[in-house]
Amino acid sequence: MSSSTDQSGLSRRAMLGVVGGAGVAVGVAGASIAYGPQGTAHAADVDGPIEFYGEHQAGIVTPAQDRLHFAAFDLITESRDDLVALLRAWSEAAAQMTAGRPAGATGAVDGHPAAPPDDTGEALDLPPGGLTLTIGFGPSLFVDAEGRDRFGLADRKPEALAELPHFVGDALRPEISDGDLCVQACAYDPQVAVHAIRNLARIGFGKVSVRWSQLGFGRTSATSREQTTPRNMMGFKDGTNNLKAEDTALLGEHVWVPEGEGPAWMAGGSYVVTRRIRMTIETWDRTPLGEQETIIGRTKGSGAPLGGVKEFDELDFGKAGADGTPAIPMQAHVRLAHHSTTNGARMLRRGYNFTDGSDGLGRLDAGLFFIAYQRDPRTGFVPVQLNLASDVLNEYIRHVGSGLFACPPGVKGPGGFWGEGLFG
Amino acid sequence: MNAPHNRLMIGGALAATVALALAGCGGDDAGGGETPAGNEIAVTATDTECTLSKTDLTTGNYTFAVENKGTQVTEFYVYGPDDLIVGEVENIAPGLSRKLTVPLKSGSYQGTCKPGMVGDGIRQTLTVTGDDAAAADDAELAAAVATYKQYVATQADELVTLTGQFTEAVKKGDADEAKRLFPLAREPWERIEPVAEIFGDLDPIIDGREGDVPEGGEFTGFHKLEKDLWETKDISKSGEMADKLLTDVKEIAEKAKGAELTAAQVGNGAKELLDEVASTKMTGEEDEFSHTDLWDFNANISGAQQAIEALRPVLAARDAAFLGTLDTAFKNVNDTLAQHRKGDGWKLHTELTDADLKELSDVINALAEPLSHVGAKVLPTQ
Repeated sequence: MSSSTDQSGLSRRAMLGVVGGAGVAVGVAGASIAYGPQGTAHAADVDGPIEFYGEHQAGIVTPAQDRLHFAAFDLITESRDDLVALLRAWSEAAAQMTAGRPAGATGAVDGHPAAPPDDTGEALDLPPGGLTLTIGFGPSLFVDAEGRDRFGLADRKPEALAELPHFVGDALRPEISDGDLCVQACAYDPQVAVHAIRNLARIGFGKVSVRWSQLGFGRTSATSREQTTPRNMMGFKDGTNNLKAEDTALLGEHVWVPEGEGPAWMAGGSYVVTRRIRMTIETWDRTPLGEQETIIGRTKGSGAPLGGVKEFDELDFGKAGADGTPAIPMQAHVRLAHHSTTNGARMLRRGYNFTDGSDGLGRLDAGLFFIAYQRDPRTGFVPVQLNLASDVLNEYIRHVGSGLFACPPGVKGPGGFWGEGLFG
Repeated sequence: MNAPHNRLMIGGALAATVALALAGCGGDDAGGGETPAGNEIAVTATDTECTLSKTDLTTGNYTFAVENKGTQVTEFYVYGPDDLIVGEVENIAPGLSRKLTVPLKSGSYQGTCKPGMVGDGIRQTLTVTGDDAAAADDAELAAAVATYKQYVATQADELVTLTGQFTEAVKKGDADEAKRLFPLAREPWERIEPVAEIFGDLDPIIDGREGDVPEGGEFTGFHKLEKDLWETKDISKSGEMADKLLTDVKEIAEKAKGAELTAAQVGNGAKELLDEVASTKMTGEEDEFSHTDLWDFNANISGAQQAIEALRPVLAARDAAFLGTLDTAFKNVNDTLAQHRKGDGWKLHTELTDADLKELSDVINALAEPLSHVGAKVLPTQ
């Protein structure tokens, strides 16, 4: 945190009293991030609010915040009206919480003392914290495993939301995979992110049930040139070559769904793939440094590509090393994942390091919660992951959870709601 | 019972405070079901007379304390206009006293004793003046509380009866019969447990789990006998513990029947029953030796449902849509639970799969969330 709550004057309680609406909130926060129509961002302000309303959902090209709470939900209602009511209620609460206000009409402490508070209260006195909430719709929302059209949405299911194929080495556990809906909460303060998911889950009781959720304690990708590249749990810089918020043309080409591609309701949206990648940390840690670097294809210290000098040096796959073999080995992770070897596939990665304690055998249950946004998974994540079948890195990782969701465009303004176009 | 005793104690202390505050404020027993001291009217019934201590009244709840000093069995009625019965208490034997609480709006009423329980009776005119809106509100809440208190009384009696049968079987050394009766004796307890919890000291003695007993304390009550039956498999020395349980149960049953409640407490009690389900029945902690948690689960739900039934007229008037949400949520819980019926009883907790528990957890959450707002919705409007 760069500044205290008192300095910013943006505590949630204070804002409840002072600020009337989200639009005003942005004005109040003098140091807040300003967004253009493309959702591109300028410098990160760890305390200020990020605008909820817009052409695209926030939380995709938004400079990746430090903390994550990601939750997948299953609908337990059969009613389409319930689903719409839920999305309305969620959107309203999301607008409140991302603006740094408590959820509900009376918030955490201004309701009737005889009634449970609308908001759970643990984010009182905390600044908005750059909170973004991003929703996605899973394939099972449209057609379930038995082929039923649960909510009359089957004919609106995007073809791009095709089930992911089996990938070599997958060890997926159903109970931490998939889901009808997902919400990604990112913030600079973990309590702000957890508060948001907790309150959305509470609003959803009776309509949705949390299927699984994942905390991430540190970002593993830079999504803006203003950010330094963070390190993953293997100790390597991750996301050096990621798509960045400033790459407006590339974002249009690889992240946002253009009008006329797939169903109309997805125009301006994106598709997210999540993978809970457990790392066998202990065996990785016993691997010699040189071998770690040839597995990844970059140096561990600077993050420079092997054969290069600096982190952002171009990957030169033709360059030979001292022994005449390619400096970046043929099975190196960066080579297999690079768009030059995957038919041009690119994604905006936005993953987080996680650890869920240890596994009972004295080993860290840790790894990378991979999150990637793309225009179409069939030309994004799928070819990349298929190409990684021969990745030596696979020896040290297991994909144990998987999710695929269609993220609709942004909510245009107050009164609108997440996925409105899907029901129009 | 809930795991942390502290919470029960706080709950009990709060309830007691509320009751005291209401009794102390004299004029306005908002929804309490009982009347403040000033609103009690002594009725002396003989074979030829019917004397009321007060006949000029302001709107509100009144309790008629009827004492039969005659030689015949008598009844007491309060009649409104056109002889409509506002309230009645029957079968008062000579020498006995009975009470009747009724809400009275402005108007003229007749307090009536009927020695021999026949005829028009001996009538005294009651004149009531004052604000009807407030009185109607009070009356509605009072009626809800009175209905619920009747339920508590019935369950308290059943609790004593079934606990008596259970402890008798234990003392006879009939383990099979005791095991059969154990979950059944717990049902009335679980239906009204929030009321029992008002009496903080007794609840842990009767229903404390082994892990709840403080260092150096004694493990007593239902769950001690449960352990003797299922775990230790030796009830040859359990007689004394069985006697103690029955004594404690009788004491708490009497206290529960006399407990002063507000409508909000009735509503919150329903929510607390769902908390019970969520925190100890879902996890199988309640009956860790017998695994008969679903009997308790079902009893908690039916107790909560009875509380809402009592409050139904109030909720229907104040927020019909909300009441509809509750009804649907109760139905979903009952339908889901019904899948786990087995013979006359239920599956054991150990027979439930993780998927079963998840499904139950979802419907419980769906019910508990709206239920947590009932208390605030049935506050007096004044």
